[in-house]
Amino acid sequence: MEHFTPVSSLLGGALIGLAASILLLFNGRVAGISGILGGALTPAPGDTLWRLMFLLGLAGVGAVGALLRPAAFVAGPVQSPWLIAIAGLLVGYGTRLGNGCTSGHGVCGVSRLSPRSLLATATFLATGAITVFLAKHLLGGSP
Amino acid sequence: MRRALSAFFAGALFAVGLILGGMTQPGKVIGFLDFTGSWDPSLAFVMGGAVLVYAVLSRVWLRRTAPLFERKFHLPSRRDIDGRLILGAAIFGSGWGLGGYCPGPGLASLTAGRLPVIFVASMILGMFAERWIDKRVRTKGAAHA
Repeated sequence: MEHFTPVSSLLGGALIGLAASILLLFNGRVAGISGILGGALTPAPGDTLWRLMFLLGLAGVGAVGALLRPAAFVAGPVQSPWLIAIAGLLVGYGTRLGNGCTSGHGVCGVSRLSPRSLLATATFLATGAITVFLAKHLLGGSP
Repeated sequence: MRRALSAFFAGALFAVGLILGGMTQPGKVIGFLDFTGSWDPSLAFVMGGAVLVYAVLSRVWLRRTAPLFERKFHLPSRRDIDGRLILGAAIFGSGWGLGGYCPGPGLASLTAGRLPVIFVASMILGMFAERWIDKRVRTKGAAHA
């Protein structure tokens, strides 16, 4: 429990909710990152610029943050490039197949009490926890 | 133009929230998913805070007939549960638990090191793979029908 950060995490979460609300109020869009990125990869006329700008804002502020506060970006227990590549493939494939990730299902969908999103969120939390358990015992890397 | 600016601002603010919330630290994400170790509940606070704010504000906004810069709201309308949803969420969760990155934090961490670059590149590859396989399955299904 030594790393527990309830205040900054609650504040960060509130800002994520505010950002998603802003995208809804101005652009009428759901702030699902995998959906925004997936849509940008298969460009449609009039539907690409806002996606690229959202992603640019996300990555741009991330880049500034990485310069100012490198400690907020420390690598996790899994350092193998191969495992990270497999993780990326699974995340990319799974989020498109299941139409959403932590933001689209976990935040926006759960807020709307969408049955699809509630089930998806319960599912990815469960398989995430199972994977961490297996990785800890099979790979021996204790986080 | 104004649509692009509001999207940029929303993306930027989203990143501030991710960083402040600890989501760009894969170790923290894995610590949250690690129920048998020294469990770090922080991520529940990120999700809780985000859901709380969005649940209230989105309900207020959606009383409007249209968003400010678009003709209509683009909201998911499906309510059916299918195998794709559950399988997709299950696959995503396993990748999330393995690396500690979900799509947003991966993109926000792009310049922070080699691992996030590898993660985002393979995530995009995975997205293309899904569309490619999906297209093949669909044309095959249509040929049999």
